Amino acid sequence: MYNFEEIGTTELGDLIINIGPQHPSTHGVLHLIVTLNGETIKNVEPHLGYIHRSIEKMCESLSYRQFIYVTSRMDYLSSHINNHGCAMCVEKGLQIEVPPRAKVIRVLMDELTRLASHQLWWGALAMDVGALTPFFHAFREREMINSIMEETCGARLTMNYMVPGGVMIDLHPNFQRGVKEFIIHFKSKIDEYDDLVTGNVIFQNRMKGIGFISKEEAISYGCTGPTARGSGVRCDIRKLYPYEIYDRLQFEEILETGGDCFARYIVRMREMRQSLSIVEQLIDNIPEGDFQAKTKAVLKLPKGEFYAKIETARGEFGVYIVSEGGTTPYRIKFRSPGFSNLSALNHMARGHKIGDLVAIMGTLDLVIPDIDR
Amino acid sequence: MVDEVLKIKISESVPSVLFEEGGEWITVMIEPPSWLSLADRFRFAPGLDFDFLFCLTCIDWKSHFTMVYHLRSTLNGQEMVVKSKLDHTAPEMESVSHIWRTAEFHEREVYDLFGIKFLHHPDLRRLLLTDDWKGYPLRKDYEDPVNMIKL
Repeated sequence: MYNFEEIGTTELGDLIINIGPQHPSTHGVLHLIVTLNGETIKNVEPHLGYIHRSIEKMCESLSYRQFIYVTSRMDYLSSHINNHGCAMCVEKGLQIEVPPRAKVIRVLMDELTRLASHQLWWGALAMDVGALTPFFHAFREREMINSIMEETCGARLTMNYMVPGGVMIDLHPNFQRGVKEFIIHFKSKIDEYDDLVTGNVIFQNRMKGIGFISKEEAISYGCTGPTARGSGVRCDIRKLYPYEIYDRLQFEEILETGGDCFARYIVRMREMRQSLSIVEQLIDNIPEGDFQAKTKAVLKLPKGEFYAKIETARGEFGVYIVSEGGTTPYRIKFRSPGFSNLSALNHMARGHKIGDLVAIMGTLDLVIPDIDR
Repeated sequence: MVDEVLKIKISESVPSVLFEEGGEWITVMIEPPSWLSLADRFRFAPGLDFDFLFCLTCIDWKSHFTMVYHLRSTLNGQEMVVKSKLDHTAPEMESVSHIWRTAEFHEREVYDLFGIKFLHHPDLRRLLLTDDWKGYPLRKDYEDPVNMIKL
């Protein structure tokens, strides 16, 4: 039952339709109530919560080692990076120094995750706007990364590999070889990605000038990650507030000024090359030593508040822990990038045609469990 | 760790604020009725320019609620935290969704899970839970025999 008076101003002839929650282009159980005038969008109202599990409440009864595993289930395409952010927050509270080897492994895994996530995004976006083939190309490369992950972490999606103090187990002996093979393979394929989709006139017509958001508005809506960088906002946490070894690596923060779907597309495409370059810089330079710092069996954070932020494939992920000194957090809050990015959807989509909504959602790179938590 | 220069700047622009010691960032305690005018100053006062609200949340301390706002300036990179104590029986706070648009969703989420009423919010409804949901799940005294699994 919807109260139609609440869904913005409607006039005679306006049409209100539901998109989702079971719609392939919403990439999960997102439900949009769209008010249309003809084919023009007047208002988009996201209805959330179809996959809300109250992870924040669950974490209140889990210990500081256990709660990290739940966070893999939020942004399942960046599960390494979610785990990493949570582990960093606990380390901050306990003042644990992570060994150099663990730092490098973490960064390697983060960047491989970012690559896999962007690859899936690229395939899915092309499919959303009507090109089916790129999806299979993207999954071919993503499969290689998943196999590398599976070898070392034992899982393909919910890795749970980062623990407070370092990483859970040491790298698999085949890791370096596998990653090197992937680098050689992907270097030729990423040019193919550009040939296949980026330069395509039909694709560009679907992207250029669609879903514009200005720099000021992107900041006001709390957009982060490639969504905001497409509008020229400097927001890469890896550059602004470097963690682990990012201050010693050579990579660019990709900025575009277009603010439309195509700018956001270009940002992610160029980011893939940057991530690949980071992996290349590190793969032969993994220091020897411990992969985990020595920590107590039961972790107790001192009384206080701790906040850690990290750059996921979608933007800034924040972990805010309020501790009362016990073995479980008193309150935990996850600042998920998708949640804020989604809030800008209505602003971006208004005035465009219904077909463009799919393209706009595609370039926002929404992962619904990350939004609903 | 705490930036003294920023502290001076804040006390110059907003003379009446109270600082809270400890913590990673400069933390300011404010009274709920003054939030609207202070938020405006934090956002627009030259030298402060906190244009990015990157986290908005609430903590249930059983006797009272604490609203927590994490602010950042994209111009100069400084960060600060604003906290406000709310009454437990009838928690009310001014909405800042017209200053930081991201607050619209975040405030709806806090309303949904904590039951904080945001005054002058454009569209204050439940966001994640269904409209007929009883109670506010993230409150410490929330009980749900069906959906909650206790360890």
